[in-house]
Amino acid sequence: MLRIFVPRDAAAIAVGADEVAVALGAAAKKAGPQVEIVRNGSRGMLWLEPLVEIERDGVRYGFGPVTVSDVESLVKAGILEGRPVAAITHPLAIGVVDEHPYLTRQTRLTFARCGITDPVSLDDYRAHDGYKGLERALTMTPIEIVDEVAKSGLRGRGGAGFPTGIKWKTVHDTAGDQKYIVCNADEGDSGTFADRMIMEGDPFLLVEGMTIAGIAVGATRGYIYLRSEYPHAAVALNAAIAAARKAGFLGPKVAGSEYAFELEVRIGAGAYVCGEETSLLESLEGRRGLVRAKPPLPAHKGLFDKPTVINNVLSLCAVPYILAEGAKAYADYGMGRSRGTMPIQLAGNLKFGGLFETAFGITLGELVDDVGGGTFSGRPVKAVQVGGPLGAYFPRALFDTPFDYESFAAKDGLIGHAGVVVFDDTANMAKQARFAFEFCAIESCGKCTPCRIGSTRGYETMDKVMAGQDTARNLAVIEDLCNTMKFGSLCALGGFTPYPVMSALTHFPEDFGRPTRKLAEAAE
Amino acid sequence: MSRFEPWSEERTVEIVLEHQALEGPLMPILHALQHVFGHVPEEVVPVIARELNLSRAEVHGVVTFYHDFRRELPGKHVLKLCRAEACQSMGCERLVARAEDRLGVACGGTSADGRVTLEAVYCLGLCATAPSAMLNGRLVGRLDNTRLDQLLKEAQA
Repeated sequence: MLRIFVPRDAAAIAVGADEVAVALGAAAKKAGPQVEIVRNGSRGMLWLEPLVEIERDGVRYGFGPVTVSDVESLVKAGILEGRPVAAITHPLAIGVVDEHPYLTRQTRLTFARCGITDPVSLDDYRAHDGYKGLERALTMTPIEIVDEVAKSGLRGRGGAGFPTGIKWKTVHDTAGDQKYIVCNADEGDSGTFADRMIMEGDPFLLVEGMTIAGIAVGATRGYIYLRSEYPHAAVALNAAIAAARKAGFLGPKVAGSEYAFELEVRIGAGAYVCGEETSLLESLEGRRGLVRAKPPLPAHKGLFDKPTVINNVLSLCAVPYILAEGAKAYADYGMGRSRGTMPIQLAGNLKFGGLFETAFGITLGELVDDVGGGTFSGRPVKAVQVGGPLGAYFPRALFDTPFDYESFAAKDGLIGHAGVVVFDDTANMAKQARFAFEFCAIESCGKCTPCRIGSTRGYETMDKVMAGQDTARNLAVIEDLCNTMKFGSLCALGGFTPYPVMSALTHFPEDFGRPTRKLAEAAE
Repeated sequence: MSRFEPWSEERTVEIVLEHQALEGPLMPILHALQHVFGHVPEEVVPVIARELNLSRAEVHGVVTFYHDFRRELPGKHVLKLCRAEACQSMGCERLVARAEDRLGVACGGTSADGRVTLEAVYCLGLCATAPSAMLNGRLVGRLDNTRLDQLLKEAQA
């Protein structure tokens, strides 16, 4: 049996993977019954998508990017025949996929299986070390599981970086007749797609992570709040949940144990602010996604006022490895207070965009220039926005910043959900600053005044700046607005919108009609 | 236009009852209603309010808070263009202007012949194969003038 892999990842589908799979399927039918087409997840080398892989003696060889018009020549080259790989030559061949430098440079703990297995096959998941974390968790007491996660140093991968173990401990210690695990899969930040990729490419991992969380804190119900823009992830998750339930990994007796855990996917409705945890909880309860004031913390009074763990997809997906391999194995990666690995997403105007999971500590410059290969357009890099629409714009002068929570904070930036969006020198940073305000105005939940009013005043004022009207005075208004929003907003939407605005103004003053500052001063 | 059922109170009640056992049923109900009727018509608000024992204001508030819920039927085709940062860095604004020009309608509107609704979307999660679009739920990456024109042709056919 020859296996051929064509990704089912949405990014691959968006560039023609479904059509390629159909064409290959038709060709395979002609070739005989010995060919099976597997729709795997993406390897994360997105410039190569659709990446078609063939398997020989357990080794996988890749061809990409494949279009429907390439299928005929691939078949002619012999990919559907059992002949030796050395005899298959094709201009799209990239050789042994696992030996590709983009992959060998990575440390894949969370994404270890993504792109390799059939995402919706429980057998495949288990054959590749799936459910080993749960297996070990079931030999431990709940508080031991919480301690293990705490010791791993895992911090919230959604952006805030709050220690996951402390969150779990709080819920563990809070009494409640019903507790919940809520997964924040409302990945709305532009430039981020790691949640989507892992949910489409290895959905059982999230199911396992949430199940372990439930056992650890005493929660019997879990919800995955998934954004509506991710229909393919919804299909994969629902298939995984159904398969896990059928095999007894979800239900009244998880894997034959005394623990019960049930899981359900809920779909958002296009509100960016629902990525904020309290707004998300409101939405799950069936209300407007208005941000709640804290305290009370969701850990004490969360979903339906019950003790609730709310974690990002990537945080929960890191848990099975931590349990299977031990906290130390995870904590051995990283730098400073940022332990483990981060699935970084390289996006925007970049030659080699994709998913790059690595230990904390790699510099921004390495990511953009070495791994990413510079801009797609071939023009010089002007700015890099890290951490989504609420992240700062960094100039080349800050490319030596190591990728970790504290180092980025020290440079008035944030890593957020680790999306890296590259802009070339055609970008106008005043326009980007205006967009940050405008986006905040579109997405503000309206509960607090600095965010609701400040964002609109912000883009109106930016319009004046961009028209060259009373620039100095209007920029003073911008700075003042940013201060008010930063310190007066209820959540990160209003509170962090000043990051892109102020970083653009600080590092690229010439785009705002201000004199250029010396490089050294700008890099202070 | 017949791909959606016309609104009826009986069908609305039926959909509400199907979801009533869920914890926090309102969002799944609104999604289901939009799936069946193509939009969330004003008439459903008092029905949902009555069935779920909520005030009409509460239901109205939820319907109007979320970008996804339509108050009116969309055009025959819905073309969404991503306008978030990663797509901006790859020139999506030029494509938006091109689409608006070809369709004679601004983002958020429906062409005069009722064929195409053009909408902005803020991130489809395809940020390494930008710019991105979605036509009737089908994803398209690496959008350029040629691909956009193909999509427009398809939508206007």
